[in-house]
Amino acid sequence: MFEYLLFSLLNTLVLGMLFFMLSSGLTLIFSMMGVLNFAHASFYMLGAYFGYQISAVFGFGPALLLAPLAVGVLGALVERYGLRSVHKYGHVAELLFTVGLAFIIEEAVNLIWGRNAVTYPVPNFLDFSLFTLFTTSFSAYRAFMLLISVGIFAGVYLVLTRTRIGLIIQASLTHPQGVSALGHNVPAVFMLVFGGGSALAGLAGVIGGIFLITEPAMAATLGPIVFVVIVVGGMGSLTGALVASLLLAAIQTFAVGIDVSLGDIFARIGFQMSPGGLLKDLWRIKISHTGPILPYLFMVLMLMFRPKGLMGKRES
Amino acid sequence: MLLFMRRYGIWLAAVIVCVVLPYIFTSRLSLTLFCQMGIALIFALSYNMLLGQGGMLSFGHAVFYGIGGFLAMHALNKISGGTLPLPIELLPLVGGLGGLAAGIVFGWLSTERSGTTFALISLGIGELIAASALMLPSFFGGEEGISANRMVQTTLTGFRFGKQIEVYFLIAFWAIVSAALMYLHTKTPLGRVANAVRDNPERAAFIGYNTRAVRTLQFSLSAFFAGIAGGLFAINYEIITAETVGALASGSVLMMTYVGGVGHFFGPILGAILVTFMQVSLAGITHAWLLYFGLLFVGMVLWAPTGMAGIIMMHEPVWKAGLMKRLLPSYLLIALPSLVMFVGVMILVEINYHLSLSINPEAALQLFGIRFKAQSPVAWSTAILLAAIGFVFFRAAKRKVSRSWDEVTQTMKGGAV
Amino acid sequence: MLRRWLLSLTSVALLMLMALPVMAADTIKIAYIDPLSGAFAGVGDAGLKHFQYNAELINAKGGVLGGTKLEIVPFDNKTSAQDSLIQLKNVIDQGIRIITQGNGSNVAGALIEAVNKHNERNPGDEIIYLNYAAVTPAFTNEQCSFWHFRFDAHVDMKIAAITDYIKEQKKVKKVYLINMDYVFGHSVSDASKAMLKEKRPDIQIVGDTFTPMGKVKDFSPYVAQIKASGADTIITGNWGADMSLLVKAAKDAGLKAQFHTFYGGGLGAPKAIGAAGIGILNHVTEWHINLNHEEKNKQDEEFFLGYQAKYSGGGEVPYYYGRIRTQMQMLAAAIDKAGSADAKAIALALEGMEHETPYGTVTMRAEDHQLIQPLYISVYAKAGTDKVKYDAENSGVGFSTVKRIEAAATAMPTTCKMARPSK
Repeated sequence: MFEYLLFSLLNTLVLGMLFFMLSSGLTLIFSMMGVLNFAHASFYMLGAYFGYQISAVFGFGPALLLAPLAVGVLGALVERYGLRSVHKYGHVAELLFTVGLAFIIEEAVNLIWGRNAVTYPVPNFLDFSLFTLFTTSFSAYRAFMLLISVGIFAGVYLVLTRTRIGLIIQASLTHPQGVSALGHNVPAVFMLVFGGGSALAGLAGVIGGIFLITEPAMAATLGPIVFVVIVVGGMGSLTGALVASLLLAAIQTFAVGIDVSLGDIFARIGFQMSPGGLLKDLWRIKISHTGPILPYLFMVLMLMFRPKGLMGKRES
Repeated sequence: MLLFMRRYGIWLAAVIVCVVLPYIFTSRLSLTLFCQMGIALIFALSYNMLLGQGGMLSFGHAVFYGIGGFLAMHALNKISGGTLPLPIELLPLVGGLGGLAAGIVFGWLSTERSGTTFALISLGIGELIAASALMLPSFFGGEEGISANRMVQTTLTGFRFGKQIEVYFLIAFWAIVSAALMYLHTKTPLGRVANAVRDNPERAAFIGYNTRAVRTLQFSLSAFFAGIAGGLFAINYEIITAETVGALASGSVLMMTYVGGVGHFFGPILGAILVTFMQVSLAGITHAWLLYFGLLFVGMVLWAPTGMAGIIMMHEPVWKAGLMKRLLPSYLLIALPSLVMFVGVMILVEINYHLSLSINPEAALQLFGIRFKAQSPVAWSTAILLAAIGFVFFRAAKRKVSRSWDEVTQTMKGGAV
Repeated sequence: MLRRWLLSLTSVALLMLMALPVMAADTIKIAYIDPLSGAFAGVGDAGLKHFQYNAELINAKGGVLGGTKLEIVPFDNKTSAQDSLIQLKNVIDQGIRIITQGNGSNVAGALIEAVNKHNERNPGDEIIYLNYAAVTPAFTNEQCSFWHFRFDAHVDMKIAAITDYIKEQKKVKKVYLINMDYVFGHSVSDASKAMLKEKRPDIQIVGDTFTPMGKVKDFSPYVAQIKASGADTIITGNWGADMSLLVKAAKDAGLKAQFHTFYGGGLGAPKAIGAAGIGILNHVTEWHINLNHEEKNKQDEEFFLGYQAKYSGGGEVPYYYGRIRTQMQMLAAAIDKAGSADAKAIALALEGMEHETPYGTVTMRAEDHQLIQPLYISVYAKAGTDKVKYDAENSGVGFSTVKRIEAAATAMPTTCKMARPSK
């Protein structure tokens, strides 16, 4: 049991920090610009493919640096020449622009790298098991992921709280008009945040592409979960995003271990659900099967009852 | 009589077109296509009740379409089993009522706020239903879905629905009735208040309207029509699978509506016809259709956010003022470079698809009747050149178009004074 | 308003006329209805190339009916049941009466229904449907149809093969079942439980888990469960990312158990899983790329290398569906035997047909139209060695046979009560 708990906890951390890296950029973008960026996960995918391509030629080290940079530049360009010109048509148009963009990026990836998964292996120097406790081992790569993501959290946190640009960004989070009125170049800040957010997603892709699978569907499978993180965490709150990421990872990890069905729960409190009817399967589903759906349930409930999220500063 | 024609002529014309159409295009495919268009049209119009009229951007509208479809399918099985004495022509109503019921529940839950919060709730509900669909096989039929036979004994008309054309007329009937009802709805007080709530919820609330109730009502009605479309789906395909409640279906109706234009009642109709047509026929012509589709969509968002209907209606005053001939030269001027640019981009895309995804990249590629090797530098440079030249002249022509637009508007303003 | 309506309608009509394909004569066309765009296009694309290659080989030998060539016509169904039905209409319009499809039991189920209805409503103008990969047992049991022929072994047959192998493995004590939470996954789980109980009652089933399809990112929690259960063998029907992620997570956690899978070596999997599967990942198929080398079958090796050179994109997507060769050759033989390309005649000729493949005789069982063929269980192995010559998808890993299951052993009883048309 201790072994199970410990490793589940470690895996929660790894997955949670990956979610965080993905969503930290999005939460900044969303709360500053009000853009629900559906292409964010596509930047994550681009990061993975760039990482794959660069590490195939130059090795993993340069990929870790260059791929997020390239994705960041791409993100900034999208903001400058795409989003900014749609801005005048309102948020719906902006959002739809990103939906279309996600579409195009996926097709472009299909076109360039093919429709099947690519071989993006763990780099040699990380391909060993770090430690083995009882019978379960923990791979060095997972530890490396943890290290990078914690570093990113610290870095972003420091930039936001200790630098001038960070202070402007923070101010824009809560009072976008006020910052503009003070004479700061808000469009430039937007471009920077969008580029930076994309770069973070790209970095998540470089390391997540190895951890998971690098394939054209990777954006679509991870896309919605990122929205759950920013909603649950709350608008504009980096700490909220962190907490929400870990929470979601914990739900997914630990729900697997609960072998109780909804029918059992009702039975325990005294209701016997009829075994017939069109919804009979509902009572049969075990909590352990629902892990990955729970986040959406969580998101819907959160939006209904506490739309500003766990640690949000304001409503959207 | 003239007044009658002016007011109802368009509906009469629609009826005539619907009746005549299958006798002009007689192939099975075109008939299937018309049926699909009819269903998509109701679905898109119902979506526009949300987005266009109510200002609610939903990512989960297919939930009601699907639930309606599944309920109708279960009912159809009961009809053919003899346990439900309902004429099959009224089956879409079952779907509609199912959609309505689900719409009232989910509508009440999600419409307290509009805007992003609403959009995210609809996304969450859509994901939830889509993910649970495969886990609830009794209702959703698992991976294989639920099927039924539409050739049943209980019918109102003499139709047995063995032939596709009979189904076509049923769909056409429901499409016209639903479209008419939805059009009338825009003229009712509820339709108007929905507009008010979309444009300024605070003021609507101040006047004394319960914004949430208005939204819920609008949402439920929209779900009702989506359910009707789902019921027709059940009859048309005689099978329904979990994909109908999925994100793809929700995304596709959003695209139809937006490409058609949310600002005008007939926009979604245009969008549904065009997008359905593209989905079916473009996929048969080129494997790159998804890319063209994405480019078209992004292009619309960037340059024509009012959709096809918006572009058409923009010209209405010009047409009435008899100034179209002033615009035409500049339109012709821009058409040429656009075409050149499009052809260039198309060649590039096709070359790339041919290289990366075709059966045999070494084989020659045929475009516009010309056969060439995709690897040939001539093809590449021609394509890039065409695209570049087209782009340069397109920008120049675009300035010309906006100049002549300015002139025309000036003239019209002057005329009005 | 009226003018606008008419205008848009005419333009749509014009576009439609342009889209109508031109018919070519003098070939027997086979409609290939599978995803050619969207998320599953990679698989559909590969399948199309398999058919194309086999048609070419048959045509090079003179085609059928003394000189008529076979032609594969692709139709994109986007893995959707609805789109498949639309494409079926398209197929019928174009005068094609032989269709083949494989990806997705939802699509296959819809097609069987639609073909049945079409044939019932249009006597004398029937369609025949050759299924090369949809494995729901019902299609050749309670849902069986005279017009449907399946060339892949269905779920119960594959589980029978896996459990036959496990029966001999005395060191297997605890089995864990992990499957995707939909009909297919449940049938894998049910069949495994039933057959293990029958063949090895001493084996303990220590887990029976279902995972939401395509939603799990990190399988570590599931692997932790498997570990905690002490399982030494895992049976799974997972495919695609759900297969690859499971094996990757197992490797990370150092799980030392044997995986018995349906699609562990499926298209894209060797690339995604790579060395993580060596020695532990088994899959059950009717053919694999290293079989020709193991059996020293030159003719099959040539067949494989021919595809490798022409269609595999430099080995990126090698030949996978051995049964497509069987299917195309049997179809050609049936057309020759029937003396025409009429669907009903072909169906009658296919019923009960025996056919020689490089690896034994296969039979199209007349009572349920299920192909009975030998199956192989093979395991991931490092490629480029004496034993394992070819690698899959340039991943450096290939497959090594661990057991051959004879055709007769895979045959399962059927509940099919087939309605046959009057002759």
